[in-house]
Amino acid sequence: MAGPEAGARTTRDDGPILPPPLRLELRGIRKVYPAVVANDGVDLAVAPGEIHAIVGENGAGKSTLMKVIYGMARPDAGEMLWNGREVRPRTPAEAQRMGVGMVFQHFALFDTLTVAENIALALPGRPKLEPLSRRIAEVAGRYGLPVDPRRRIGSMSVGERQRVEIIRALLQDPGLLIMDEPTSVLTPQAVESLFVTLRRLAADGCSILYISHKLEEVRALCSKATILRAGRVTGVCDPRAETAASMARMMIGADLKALRPAARQAPGAPLLVIDRLSAPSPDPFGTALHEVSLTVRAGEIVGVAGVSGNGQAELMDALSGERTSPPGTIRLDGRDLARMGPRARRRLGLSSAPEDRLGRSAAPDLPLHENALLTARAAQTTAWGFLRRAKIRAAARRIVEEFGVRAGGLDAPAGSLSGGNLQKFVIGREILNAPRALVVTQPTWGVDVGAALTIRQALAELRDRGAAVVVISEELDELMEISDRIAVIAGGRLTPAIPRAQCDRDAIGLAMSGRLDTPAAEQETADAAAH
Amino acid sequence: MPDLLPILVAALVAGTPLVYAALGELVAERAGVINLGVEGMMVVGAVVGFAAMMGGAGWPAAALAAAAAGAALALPFAALAVSLGANQIAAGLALTIFGTSLGSYIGKPYVGMALAPAPSALQQAAGQIPGLGVVLGQLHPLVWLSWAVFGGVWWFLYRARAGLVLRAVGESPASAWAIGHPVGRIRYAAVLFGGAMAGLAGAFVSVVYTALWTEGLIAGRGWIAVALVVFATWRPGRCFAGAYLFGGATIAQLFGQTALAAVPSELMSALPYLATVVVLVVISRDEARLRLHVPASLGKPFSA
Amino acid sequence: MPLRIERRPRPSRAMSWASPLIAAALTAAVAMILFALDGREPVSTLWIFLTTPLADLYGFGELLLKAAPLILIGVGLAIGFRAGVWNIGAEGQLVLGVIFGGWLALEFGGAGPWVMPAMLLAGGIGGALWAAVPALLRTRFNASEILTSLMLNYCAQLWLAYLVFGPWRDPAGFNFPQSAPLHPDALLPIVIENTRANIEIVIAVAAALVAWIFIERTHLGFQLRVTGAAPGAARYAGFPVRRAVWIGMLTGGFAAGVAGVGEIAGPLGQIFPTASAGYGYAAIIVAFLGRLHPAGIVPAGLLLALLAIAGDYAQMMLGMPSSIGGLFQGTLLFFLLAADVLTTWRIRRVEDAPLPATEAA
Repeated sequence: MAGPEAGARTTRDDGPILPPPLRLELRGIRKVYPAVVANDGVDLAVAPGEIHAIVGENGAGKSTLMKVIYGMARPDAGEMLWNGREVRPRTPAEAQRMGVGMVFQHFALFDTLTVAENIALALPGRPKLEPLSRRIAEVAGRYGLPVDPRRRIGSMSVGERQRVEIIRALLQDPGLLIMDEPTSVLTPQAVESLFVTLRRLAADGCSILYISHKLEEVRALCSKATILRAGRVTGVCDPRAETAASMARMMIGADLKALRPAARQAPGAPLLVIDRLSAPSPDPFGTALHEVSLTVRAGEIVGVAGVSGNGQAELMDALSGERTSPPGTIRLDGRDLARMGPRARRRLGLSSAPEDRLGRSAAPDLPLHENALLTARAAQTTAWGFLRRAKIRAAARRIVEEFGVRAGGLDAPAGSLSGGNLQKFVIGREILNAPRALVVTQPTWGVDVGAALTIRQALAELRDRGAAVVVISEELDELMEISDRIAVIAGGRLTPAIPRAQCDRDAIGLAMSGRLDTPAAEQETADAAAH
Repeated sequence: MPDLLPILVAALVAGTPLVYAALGELVAERAGVINLGVEGMMVVGAVVGFAAMMGGAGWPAAALAAAAAGAALALPFAALAVSLGANQIAAGLALTIFGTSLGSYIGKPYVGMALAPAPSALQQAAGQIPGLGVVLGQLHPLVWLSWAVFGGVWWFLYRARAGLVLRAVGESPASAWAIGHPVGRIRYAAVLFGGAMAGLAGAFVSVVYTALWTEGLIAGRGWIAVALVVFATWRPGRCFAGAYLFGGATIAQLFGQTALAAVPSELMSALPYLATVVVLVVISRDEARLRLHVPASLGKPFSA
Repeated sequence: MPLRIERRPRPSRAMSWASPLIAAALTAAVAMILFALDGREPVSTLWIFLTTPLADLYGFGELLLKAAPLILIGVGLAIGFRAGVWNIGAEGQLVLGVIFGGWLALEFGGAGPWVMPAMLLAGGIGGALWAAVPALLRTRFNASEILTSLMLNYCAQLWLAYLVFGPWRDPAGFNFPQSAPLHPDALLPIVIENTRANIEIVIAVAAALVAWIFIERTHLGFQLRVTGAAPGAARYAGFPVRRAVWIGMLTGGFAAGVAGVGEIAGPLGQIFPTASAGYGYAAIIVAFLGRLHPAGIVPAGLLLALLAIAGDYAQMMLGMPSSIGGLFQGTLLFFLLAADVLTTWRIRRVEDAPLPATEAA
């Protein structure tokens, strides 16, 4: 058995101890993964009570750095100082004992257990559930994080789950709290109240490492920022004194490119029609769809905004054909597709691309050329049931060339590509199938800025060629950028789609939190629909 | 009524190996590891227990030796399934094939031998208890121990913090690891416990139930135990009851063979296997309910 | 820990073919330890163990005879395994082949040369029908095919026992549980003079060839591979999982059924209750050892056959239990799974010397 403070009880006398010591200091951290140098010579200094942002785009090495601090990854070089003493946490347990708390982007919670049980699991010793519930209530009250300790996690919304994670971290009395992309799952209003909580925490002396790629949020909340690009620190600044553009330059090494303006035409006739679609969820903790209706015309992109877990997965399953629906609920150009499977729908022109690349829109262990075959039309790639391998490779090569996919050849397994390159391959594959309608979820999730731009551009061009495009995403900014109209999904219900120009972030935020029944919001959506 | 007593006792005895083996597998599966090597571990446990008795050991030593053998056999499986992240189905099959061969290899000298019946002192003492003594006196102490194991597993899973941690590991090893629990060590412990219980179950068959060793003695009981865990939807109480249900079915089948001479004995012998299939079908039909109870990470390797 | 395993950037092709060899070497090492524990000189005993069976043409024929069912069933199972369908019931499906083919042979034994091919077909159908039960239960009721197919092994075994102990028992057989000898029309032709190797090995190799083309070169084979490698991707692409289950189960069952006929119409020449020598289980090892690829399954079947025969010889010549062959088969699969880990992971040294103060803690 390792000592309870094996990682923490490490002292060295050679460092000059100057008051006040930094809460956390990293010097020259390097972490190499088989295919990539994730962190290279990273320095970081966090003072007590400071809200410090780690900024960088996807793949810049933010997550790796957090894993190093939290004992989930061991650095290949460099040192880490905690309150002036050198430490080397080897497991999350050691990091926790040191005083590091973490709130995960993909929560580390157990659906089948209650809030109190979840929290008890993370605390040392054998906390009794009754007194623990009181402590939960106390912390919840102090920081404005209302939760019911007896509720099961599986029945909670994403925002509530995040509160549980924060409370759990706080009950461990952390000296440093790591927040990994905390706002990606929240409505704009919930973001505001999260910031209030975090400021209160910092005032109590807890340092906060705030990982984000949303520069406006960082400017609003943080007093210091360390910017990463390709595993290296490219800048340390006071975000309040910077502009989003100047920070973006440090982040991507160039000016942010905007989407090329589209050759706008008026949208055409209704193409993809969803008509009062209701569907139960196969997941015991999922969200059923209630009378979802949406009409997408030829030549327009409709965005579906919403906090994750509000029926997006179920809607995607229904549209892609992975689950069939009651007759008449899904029509393409007047033709009923609701009872058809994915292949029949694709043949008739309705394609889809879910965000889950490893194991759904691509088979990670199969080579790229076979992944091109996954959704290819049988007529072009097979003869009498036999594969026409030259044709298949040609199709794969075309995807790779037209969409700038960087891969180690067509025989490379799909899983060996970076997130951005694989997503370009998947979206490219679907677009080259020339669909009349395309449904995508989170098209730029976990994708670097360059690939994201390529993908958004490709979607816009598909729209300009007269296709109907549906983008289901949790990133409101992305939807505001590429959609012609936006609808909101909450609790398995869909609001009417409103033209982008009339979209108001606050109203969308309210709709995302499911407060459709408040008269004001209803009035607003009704007004918007009437325009 | 007195005529029912031998049947009851026989059913309890026939169900006991399943109690051990299924509870052991249940614990392993609640930690997220499916071990299809139960049959192989039971075979080896049966041989080791039997050999220990033949070597002059008492039943407690024989049971202990069998449990140790089962755990020892589970160790390479755990190394494959937990440390190396190998396919758990394939690794479990390998364990069953290996264990079955190892059992017949070790058991070669003992084929056809039988143990002299010798009711233990404990058992005779229990027979003196007024009332319950009538039943208890006819049951081997290993049957009582299986009740204690059931109580212990139930208490562990639902009342002990360690059990809560184990269930958490089975639901989401990544989350459990992130909040500081040693997922690998917990899974190892669960698999080894499953192995020890399978070994004990095997020894119960060869030492108490049949009191002899032949090849093919275990005859699929290990697989039935795996099926029982599904049947029980991963809950120990149902597992316990299910084991006796099967024990009862086995005994009914034996009595049926004598009572219904017109029915081929092979058909009667096939009943426990057919019953297992039927029970699996009935329980698996309700996919949603199965999904609600199955440990979410079952069969999925985890590496930090 | 100074060593750490980490994922390779991409699976190593070389390792995927090297790991069976590594596993074989490790198994040989275990065998030598076992021989040494038994008080024998390890190297020469292993040499005798492995080479005695192949000392002459007859021995080579025996190898082909044993390898044929292993290859045939292994190829059938591999198609299922590639599709993520876990058919563990080949043993029972083989027995059904014995029952169906045996019935035909007993009823129409001397009716003409058509009997033998008809038996093979009937046996295949019998095996496929037996495999259809778990397939139906899985696709219709979501019941695990692993457990149902396995339970049916015991049922098939008992059915055959009932027949041979009862209606099919040879009246002239001194009350032994065995059928009358099959008519020569019902026997498989020998392909190598002066051995017992029959046409089944040709069928097995042909089946491997067909399976190779099917799985690698047809769209249906591609669909099965996707279903096994990434079930979510198969659902997304619209490749029905149910069809994969049916194809996977039925091919395995058919192959096992044909192999069952191969036993009674080959070396046995009559029907015994123990018609199968555990081929249904050993073929699982063959399938894995052959990388679930028909081209690998042929040599894997030969190797496993060698181990089985060597086990028999060990009993005769070395006085060791014949189950030692099975023991090595199981060990081989263990080591193979362990070595396979090295195709997707690699072992690397890491600098992780603990800090001085940590040691004191």
